[in-house]
Amino acid sequence: MKKLMFVLFVSLIGLSSQAQEKKKKNARHDVEVNGSCEMCKKRIEKAAYSVPGVKSAEWHADDTTLHLIINEEKCSTLDVKNAVAKAGHDTDVVKASDEDYEKLHTCCSYERL
Amino acid sequence: MQKHISIFLLLFLSLNSFAQDTLQAVKVETKTKSIRKSYKDVANSATMTGKELLKAACCNLAESFETNPSIDVNFSDALTGTKQIRMLGLTSPYLMITEENIPSVRGASQAYGLSFTPGTWIESIQITKGAGSVVNGYESISGQINTELIKPISDIPFFLNAYGSTDSRFELNTHFNKKFSEKWSSSLFVHGNTRVSKNDMNDDGFLDNPLGKQINVLNRWQYTNAEKGWVSFINFRYMKDEKQTGELDFDKDRDRGTTNYWGSEINTEKFDVSSKIGYVFPDMPFQSIGFQNSFNMHKQDSYFGLNQYDIHQKSFYSNLIFNSIISNTMHKFATGLNFTYDDYNEFVSVPNIDGNYDRIDNSIGAFFEYTYDNTDDFSIVAGGRVDKHNRLGLFATPRIHMRYNPWDKAVLRASAGRGKRSANIFAENQQLFASSRVFDVLNANGRIYGLDAEIAWNYGVSFMQGFYLFERSGDIGFDFYRTDFENQAIVDLYAGPQQALFYNGKSYANSLQVELNYELAKHFNLRTAYKYYDIQAEYLSGSAERPLQAKHRFFTNLAYETHIVEGGKQWKFDFTYNWMGQQRLPNTASNPVGERFSNYSPSFSLMNAQITRTFSSVFEMYTGVENLGNYQQDKAILGSNDPFGSNFDTSIIYAPVFGQMFYAGLRFKIK
Repeated sequence: MKKLMFVLFVSLIGLSSQAQEKKKKNARHDVEVNGSCEMCKKRIEKAAYSVPGVKSAEWHADDTTLHLIINEEKCSTLDVKNAVAKAGHDTDVVKASDEDYEKLHTCCSYERL
Repeated sequence: MQKHISIFLLLFLSLNSFAQDTLQAVKVETKTKSIRKSYKDVANSATMTGKELLKAACCNLAESFETNPSIDVNFSDALTGTKQIRMLGLTSPYLMITEENIPSVRGASQAYGLSFTPGTWIESIQITKGAGSVVNGYESISGQINTELIKPISDIPFFLNAYGSTDSRFELNTHFNKKFSEKWSSSLFVHGNTRVSKNDMNDDGFLDNPLGKQINVLNRWQYTNAEKGWVSFINFRYMKDEKQTGELDFDKDRDRGTTNYWGSEINTEKFDVSSKIGYVFPDMPFQSIGFQNSFNMHKQDSYFGLNQYDIHQKSFYSNLIFNSIISNTMHKFATGLNFTYDDYNEFVSVPNIDGNYDRIDNSIGAFFEYTYDNTDDFSIVAGGRVDKHNRLGLFATPRIHMRYNPWDKAVLRASAGRGKRSANIFAENQQLFASSRVFDVLNANGRIYGLDAEIAWNYGVSFMQGFYLFERSGDIGFDFYRTDFENQAIVDLYAGPQQALFYNGKSYANSLQVELNYELAKHFNLRTAYKYYDIQAEYLSGSAERPLQAKHRFFTNLAYETHIVEGGKQWKFDFTYNWMGQQRLPNTASNPVGERFSNYSPSFSLMNAQITRTFSSVFEMYTGVENLGNYQQDKAILGSNDPFGSNFDTSIIYAPVFGQMFYAGLRFKIK
């Protein structure tokens, strides 16, 4: 298991350091997205999938992380972050506007940092 | 954790595009449920976990469905003690029965095949109602039963199960497991069972259950390389089963082939090799390739009085499948190729038919299945396949499944699909050999015993609503299915008590099930179902309901378990009640008085109960009773006083032949 984590870790580092030079068709990225419940999960994933080039998007509530596999020739993580923020969820870089945040269902009102 | 990853991989490699949905189901449901149903799965399916299988005697796969409302367990004849299963009112040949997604019970093994998989080998069973996935083939009509065996990587080093019952059946199961490296592991399962003494509880001079012995050995190897994305299985299996039944005084060495006493022997030998290779692209977990191959040799030699039936089948099955996505994981697809080769050597010697029916069947097919999932409340699976079969011709098989969640904890499903198959009329109707019936196949121009292929459409809708009442959870649901046979190989037992006619004709089967599951109190669960069947075929004598099928059935299962206290000590109680309405019986009107049945059987109830005591996490014992109310069919065998006379018939069985049966067993594990 340690080995696997190591491989994953190394490949992640590999990805981020090479990202600028070489665009990958199946690039894995983990993005921090704020949210609280199952409804948030659906909304976040739906927003991510609306970006052309996103192949897989899975958001987990426990670590508030969106696991992405994207085609970097078609989109970037920034595009995804913009889309997710537009849906009302803060990401590590792009924050949702107050209007979009207010539109969320009451059970989805996560704690904003 | 390694285990989790490999389980994840395995699910991906289950070579089924429903795999992802199954995965979600596993996540959503709690671990303690013994039957898992999902709100997200596209197909109307339920998974019976290993825990469910511990609720009854469950000596083999055929006996695993006693506590499951979706499958009806019937009794096929008065002699072999074989339990026959039905789904949507259709017998097992109309089900796709697979073992780890490789078709397993088919062709020669139809009658007894389910009893050749010991219960302790089973990890879980997935039951899917209605049209199945196109990935596994074109034959399934009313549903699919897939059995997952215990995986070497998650197996425990040693397991022992011993079982004994008052019908003098004894079973011994031993499992050994060794992990050779991080990647290689292997399990060896050895099963033996025997019935040593003669029982005749209904005093008709015939054994109620066959004398028998079976040895069954499976060695499986698993290779898992999670880093590289590879998983592989290789299985070797050998089985030898011998049954002897008939009159109490029958001596097989002395009386075979004579009319001294009526007797029967059914000897089966089976050898299987199968392999599976799966690869998940490491940087694309949504993309995988699977390749599975299996070779089976099945040999049954048998006689029933003066009738003789031998069937030898050699078959090869191969399936290549590629799973991937179209732009994103909301759009998935599975595509691939199947190849099937069956070489049958069949010898039938019964009144009016005497000869060899040797044949070779082969087919090659390609399939494509598309899955759309909006990641929220809707998904659809549309699949199609085209096959070229040397007897069935070139044909297409379309199938479609839909799922919609209209509100919280509710799921509405619909499915439709076509199935086509060649009926192995002799292998599937072996219970008729133990009678004086004259066999007659009325069609002559078809390519399978003179008959044309069976073609059916199956349509179904189902709805399930989960609820929370008095702080306890439950669910209620119904499903309705209709199977329309454009062409079925009809077995006509209405023409006369001395005849068994086979011909092509139309038929339909409607089935309705209403089910309620509720947690009555903590650790106290109720599972109950009412089932209605309307099954009609166009017989020569006119349209009539199919015999030996209850129109109404009622099922209840109550399960209670105590808290697990220190060291894993626990009590488990289980009770199952089945009520079967009256069943139409085959025509016996022209028999002499005393050798006739009325038009309908009486309705009756059956009860089973079991208590399990877990002493620790490594040792438990269980004891139970089947047919607690001791209900027995009044007269099981017609013409039993003159078994070589014209009225002899052991095939009209609507209720248990054997009365109350007590059993006890133990399980011992080294973890």
